[in-house]
Amino acid sequence: MTDQATFDRVIDIIKPYVKNGDRLATAKPETRLLEDLGVNSARLVDIVLAFEDEFDIAIDDEAADRVSTLGDAIAVIQEKTR
Amino acid sequence: MVTGLGVLAPNGHGLAEFEHALRAGCSGIRFFPHLAELKFGCQVGGAPQGVDAIAERYFSEEQRVSMKSNVIAFGAIAAVDCWKDAGFEVPYDWTGEPDFDTGAIIGTGVAGIDLMCRVAGPAIDNGRARRMGSTIVEQVMCSGVSARIGGLLGLGGQVSTNSSACCTGTEAIVQAYWRIREGRAKRVLAGGVEADSHYAWGSFDAMRVLAANRNHEPERASRPMSASASGFVPGSGAGILLLESLGSALERGARIYGEVLGGQVNSGGQRQSGSMTAPNPYGVRRCIGDAMAAAGIRGDEIDAINGHLTATMADPREIASWQAALGVPPERFPMVNSTKSLIGHTLGAAGGIECVAALLQLDRGFVHGSINCEDLHPELEPYRCSIPTTTIERQSRIIAKASFGFGDVNACVIFGAWDPEPNHFK
Repeated sequence: MTDQATFDRVIDIIKPYVKNGDRLATAKPETRLLEDLGVNSARLVDIVLAFEDEFDIAIDDEAADRVSTLGDAIAVIQEKTR
Repeated sequence: MVTGLGVLAPNGHGLAEFEHALRAGCSGIRFFPHLAELKFGCQVGGAPQGVDAIAERYFSEEQRVSMKSNVIAFGAIAAVDCWKDAGFEVPYDWTGEPDFDTGAIIGTGVAGIDLMCRVAGPAIDNGRARRMGSTIVEQVMCSGVSARIGGLLGLGGQVSTNSSACCTGTEAIVQAYWRIREGRAKRVLAGGVEADSHYAWGSFDAMRVLAANRNHEPERASRPMSASASGFVPGSGAGILLLESLGSALERGARIYGEVLGGQVNSGGQRQSGSMTAPNPYGVRRCIGDAMAAAGIRGDEIDAINGHLTATMADPREIASWQAALGVPPERFPMVNSTKSLIGHTLGAAGGIECVAALLQLDRGFVHGSINCEDLHPELEPYRCSIPTTTIERQSRIIAKASFGFGDVNACVIFGAWDPEPNHFK
């Protein structure tokens, strides 16, 4: 899967948890989930669970803790799907 | 002062629909096939209709992620309606300062029991606790509904949930009134919410306290004050009032539906003839009497009563308690009706929804018909002229509302029509 394809799927997954919906259109790998997109920190659990289901991977707590930006999320997904 | 109303009832969403249903005697009681499949004795109930579509209109996808329990969705819808009805806007900026002058006391009897039984219980029992996601706790905790409303509206005052079984909604309103009287808040959203859930209703079915003999004619199943009353019909929904200090209401030119003249909350202590499930009549009388004393009124000044009146054998005893507390003979007893005849017993939401009904009647000059009691209970025959079976147009100055609940708990609130004379001061 290309980086862009993964990025697009990540955007789709986090969309329901985003308060700043208009920021999604211009989101970049350095976009922060909590600060920029307004995701409630508790919802990171739901997002990680959705990544696991969507990409058929297991993300341990240590890896989940590394997810701060969209780029972090993609890196974790790519690491686990390798 | 009551300056806002929000209602999501089995027979109508919003003030216009609900008022029309009250006036026209429209029942919100329906037959539910899933209750038949589950072998319930009582297969009818009251549930607000079209809630998912309303929630989609009102709330963003992000907000609806944690509205899977309908106690949260019902409460949020009624609270937003109430807030807007009072002339406020829902703030969409969640980074600004909260409204420290406003709180919310929103009660519920069984909170997120629907989500707990349907989703969380099976997931946990099947070893999938860690896959439930983050949204369960905030929806099943008792204060889930008040917390949700507080966040939606950015409330910075006391935000909490009370619970006192079927007394809950009225108790919340009395507590909010006291809080404003103490000067601790300018405004408090107050009322009750109950989930539409067969898990809640099943426990009452087990007690054999639900109406089980009219599954074929749901609209006739809820029969308060009737000789053929055989138990209550379970219901669900939300009713929320905005209580506001007179100063705040006048300052912002708020529309005033009526004022809270006084109220009381007490318990019969499960003594004398009271028990966990039956009211001590002396406790009930004392509660009503204390509320009247707090309001500074006599019993003969009450124009109408919105009773608790669930359609059990307790109805005649309740009327007897009102009569004793008011100290008026049956022939001069005020008008009395039961909103439960139209919507069933909405448990923790009952006081909230029924106080909305009381305020609409006070504001708009009617007393709604109490349906399904043409065959009046024989003990209530002396009161026949006080029990309207169809709506009558009549302007009340004072309406009393009481709720009673398991645990032998009581709450009574006295509403007065607002008199805007310049020197009015209470």
